[in-house]
Amino acid sequence: MNAAIGAGPLAGKRILVAKPGLDGHDSGAKVIALALRDAGAEVIYTGLRKTPEFIVRVALDEDVSAVGLSILSGSHKELAREVLEGLAAAGAGDIPVFVGGTIPPEDAAGLLAAGVRGVYTNDMPLAQMIDELALALA
Amino acid sequence: MSAVPKPGAPRPETRAVTPSGIEVPVVVTREMAAESDPGLPAQYPYTRGIFADGYRGRAWTIRQYSGFGSAEESNQRYRFLLDQGQTGLSVALDLPTQCGYDPDDPMARPEIGKVGVSLFSLSEMETLFDGIDLGAISTSFTINGTAAIIYAMYLAAADKQGVPREKLTGTIQNDILKEYVARGTWIFPVRPSLRLIADSVLFSNEVSPRFNAISIAGAHVRDAGCTAIEEMAYTLANGLAYVDELIRRGGDLTRFARRLSFFFYTHMDLFEEAAKFRAGRRLWARLLRERYGVTDDKALHFRFGVVCGGSSLVAAQPYNNIVRVAIENLAAVLGGAQSIFTCAYDEAFQIPTEFSAEIALRTQQIVQHESGIAATVDPLGGSYYVEWLTERMEQGMREVMGEIDAYGGVVKAIEEGWLQRRIAQRAREKKDATDRGERVVVGQNQFRREAQADSYGEVFRLDPQIAGRVLAKHAELKRSRDAARVERALGALETAAANDEQNLMPLLVECCHAYATVGEMVERLKRCWGEFQEPVRL
Repeated sequence: MNAAIGAGPLAGKRILVAKPGLDGHDSGAKVIALALRDAGAEVIYTGLRKTPEFIVRVALDEDVSAVGLSILSGSHKELAREVLEGLAAAGAGDIPVFVGGTIPPEDAAGLLAAGVRGVYTNDMPLAQMIDELALALA
Repeated sequence: MSAVPKPGAPRPETRAVTPSGIEVPVVVTREMAAESDPGLPAQYPYTRGIFADGYRGRAWTIRQYSGFGSAEESNQRYRFLLDQGQTGLSVALDLPTQCGYDPDDPMARPEIGKVGVSLFSLSEMETLFDGIDLGAISTSFTINGTAAIIYAMYLAAADKQGVPREKLTGTIQNDILKEYVARGTWIFPVRPSLRLIADSVLFSNEVSPRFNAISIAGAHVRDAGCTAIEEMAYTLANGLAYVDELIRRGGDLTRFARRLSFFFYTHMDLFEEAAKFRAGRRLWARLLRERYGVTDDKALHFRFGVVCGGSSLVAAQPYNNIVRVAIENLAAVLGGAQSIFTCAYDEAFQIPTEFSAEIALRTQQIVQHESGIAATVDPLGGSYYVEWLTERMEQGMREVMGEIDAYGGVVKAIEEGWLQRRIAQRAREKKDATDRGERVVVGQNQFRREAQADSYGEVFRLDPQIAGRVLAKHAELKRSRDAARVERALGALETAAANDEQNLMPLLVECCHAYATVGEMVERLKRCWGEFQEPVRL
C-alpha cells in the first residue's frame, strides 16, 4: 500500500493535517493522513485539540505546502476563519487551506468564499481528493 | 474515481462476507447450527435475552439523544419530546462541558452550545430540568472526561428539587478508555481517570443504587471504523479493565456488576448486528463466570443501549436514511436492547431539526407498536443462520480479546496508541472498500442521480446569540455565588485528589452545590494529575 518515498502524485509536498478546536472525531483526519502519505506526501498530523494559533505556527515552522483542517463539531466557520487570518497575518496567506468533516452543503460555499481552497466531505472518494489536491498544489 | 461503478449499473448484491469478515454460506443447515442450542431466555448464558418475558414484560426505552445551545433551549426540546411520548431523556453536552473548559476559555468559545447543551455549573442543570421531575424520569448523559462532575451535579440538582437520591434512575457514560481510542474527550491520564470512574461507580452503588454509573461503550470505536466483532471485543475488554479496577478498590463484584451497562452502534447488516448482541451478551456472562466465578444472575446480565445511524447515514439523498435507521432499529430489537436511540435522517450533516427528530422517534414507535416484533422473546432464536453466525461472532470476539491480552492488556494498548492505529487502519480499509464500490452505499457510490441536486429538507440553525448568552450567565454566576464557599470546596477537592484511597464524589457534590464551575473543578484536578498525552503516531 505504501508508496515509495518520492513517488506518487503528492511527492515532495509537506501537508499538515490538523484537528482544531475540541472535536474528538479523528477517524476522518487519520484516514486522510494515511491516504496522503500513500500518495507520496510527507504528512504532519497534529493530534486532537489544537488552537488555530498552534496550527498556524506549525504550518510556518514546518514550511508546509498545504493545511487540512478536520472539523465535525459544527465550528468550521469560526475555526477555518481563524486559521486563514492567522496565516495571512504571518505573511503566509499563500499556503492553501482545505477543510473536511461534517460540513452542511450551504456552509461549504461560505467556506470557499472565505478563502478555503477546497471542502472535502466523507462521500468524496480518496482518489478524487488526491487528484484535486495534486492539481491545486501543482 | 474510475473504480467507482457507473451510476445505476446493475450489480446485484451477492455479498458472501459480512462486514466483520465472516464468510456466509449460501444456506446454513440444521447440522451446521447444531453446536449452538440457544436454550431459553433468562437462562445462562442468556443468548436469548436476560428476561424470560422479553419485551412483553418491559418494552425497550425509547431514548432520543438531544441537547443544544443553552439550558433554556434544551429544556424546551425535552419537554416537547416527553409530551410526544418519549420515555427517557438523553442529554447531549457541548464540547467545553465534555472536555472540562468553562465557556470563557479561549479553547471553548467557538464550541459553546454546538454539539450539545452547555452545563458549566449546577445553575444550568437546574434550568435544564426546570419543570421536569427528576424522580419520575430516567436521564442518560453522554459524558466521560467530566462524568463524575456531571453525576455530582445531577445529585445536587435532585437535592435541590427535593428528590431523594435513591429514586434517581439513568446513566452516565463514564467510559474513559474508549475516549482515548475514538471519541477524544479525555482530560487526565489513564490511571487517575480510572480512579475517578471507580469513585463514581462505588459511590453510586451506595447513594443511587438504581442509577447506572457507567455505560461501557463500543459505539464510538465502531463509528471510528472498526468491525462489529471488534466493537464488541474492545468493549468487553474495557469492561474487564473496569471490573479489575473496581475489585482493586474493594468493590463487591456481585453488587457493582449488577449496575454495569453497555452501549453500542448498530449498522446496516441486519443479522450480523443481531448476532453481535446475542454473542456479546453470552460472552460477557461467560467471561464473568469463567474468570471471576460470578454466579449471581443479575450480575451476569448484559444490559445495553443502542444507537442506530451514525456513520452509516449518508448525506446524499438523506431521506433514504429514514429507511436505514428503521432496519437498524429492527436489528437492535432482534438483539434484545434495553434502550434505543434512533438517529434523525439529517444527522449526516447537521443537528436534527424538530421535524427530523420526530420522524426518528416515530420510527421506534412504529417498530414497537405496529410491527409485532416485540410480541415474542428473541424471534430469531433457533434460526440456523443466526445461531451459526452468533457462534462465529463469539469466536471472533474471543480472538480479538486474545490479541489485546497478548499485547499486554487494553490500558497498555491505549497508552501506546496500538489500538488507535488499528482502528485508523480499519477506517482506511472501510473507506477504500466504499471508494471501490465493494461496500455499496445507495445514492452515493451506486444508484446515484448525478443530475439531481440533493434535497436536504429543513435546515437547522443554531441561534447565533447563544454563545453570548451562555457567557453572560457564566459571568453573572461568578459574580453572585458565595466565593468563600466555592474556594473551600475546590481546595478540599484538590487536597483529596492527591490521596488515591479517598472517594472524590462527596467533594464534587459539595463543589456543585457551591456553584463551582466544571472548568474550575477540572483545573484543580489537573494541577494534581496532569493531562493525557495523546500518542499521535499514525
